[in-house]
Amino acid sequence: MDARRGNEPAPMKNRTTVERKSERELVVTRTFNGPARIVFEAWTRPELFKRWWAPKSMGMSLRSCEMDVRVGGTYRLEFEPDAVAFFGTYLEVTPHSRLVWTNEEGGEGGAVTTVTFEEKGGKTLLVMHELYPSKEALDAAGTGAADATVETFEQLDELLVTLGASVGRS
Amino acid sequence: MVQYSRTDFDASFAALSDATRRGVLERLGRADASITDLAEKFHMTLTGMKKHVDVLEQAGLVTTEKVGRVRTCKLGLRRLDQEAAWIERYRRLWDARFDELDKVVEELKRKEKVDGRKKRE
Repeated sequence: MDARRGNEPAPMKNRTTVERKSERELVVTRTFNGPARIVFEAWTRPELFKRWWAPKSMGMSLRSCEMDVRVGGTYRLEFEPDAVAFFGTYLEVTPHSRLVWTNEEGGEGGAVTTVTFEEKGGKTLLVMHELYPSKEALDAAGTGAADATVETFEQLDELLVTLGASVGRS
Repeated sequence: MVQYSRTDFDASFAALSDATRRGVLERLGRADASITDLAEKFHMTLTGMKKHVDVLEQAGLVTTEKVGRVRTCKLGLRRLDQEAAWIERYRRLWDARFDELDKVVEELKRKEKVDGRKKRE
C-alpha cells in the first residue's frame, strides 16, 4: 500500500448512484470500505440493520425490526410513529454475496429486491436491484411521473389564477 | 442533481400565462400533434402556432421533432424532470442509509481487529 502522510485528507465519501435500468428496474450502487462479510452482516442481523435502515437525518425511526434471514423466512419493519409496515419473504440467502427478498406491503405491485456484495481489495461493491412487476408499478412506487406532471400544471394554473386575481385587485 | 432554477420557473409561468398555450398543452397531454394540426384546432395561422410552440419549447414544456416536412409536438421534458426528481429523492434516502451503514461497517471492522488481537494473545 502507499505510504500515508500525516496531512492526508479524510477518505472521500463513496457515491450512491440510482439508475432506472429499464421500465421495470431500479439499480442502486454503493461501495463500502470493508469486507463483504461485514457489510453482509449489517444487512442480515436485525440489531445492526435497524441502526442504518431508518436514518435519523431523514426523520425516520423504526418501531420494530424482525428478520428471519433464511430462504422462506420473513421480515417485518415498522416505522415510528405511524406504524407503516414493510414486509416480505427471503427468496435467496447466500452468505456474504447475495440476498433476494420480496416486498409484499404493496400487494401485487411489489418489487423483488436482489442485493449482491462483491469484494475487491478489502472493499465491497454493493448493487441493489429492484424489479417491479410492471412499469406502472415502478411509476406508482415513485410518484406516478405522468400524474405529477398534470398536477404540476394544475398547481401552476391555480397559482396563475391567484396571481391574476391579486393583480386585478391592486 | 435536479435543480429548478428561477429562469425555468419564469419561462414556465410566461409560457402558461396564455390561454392558447395552455390549450395546446392540454391537447398534447392527450396525444402528440403536428403544428399544422394544432393551428387548425386553434384556428390560427401556422406562423402564429409556431410562435406559441416555440415559447412552450423554450420553457421545456414541449419538445418537437421534425420528420420530413412535418414537425410533431409532444409534452416535453417536465415529465422527465418529474421522474428525475423522484429518483433523486430515492437516491438521497439510500445515500442517508448508506452513510449510517458506513458507521456500522467501521465499528464492526474495529471490533474484528480487537477480537483478532485478543485471539492472538
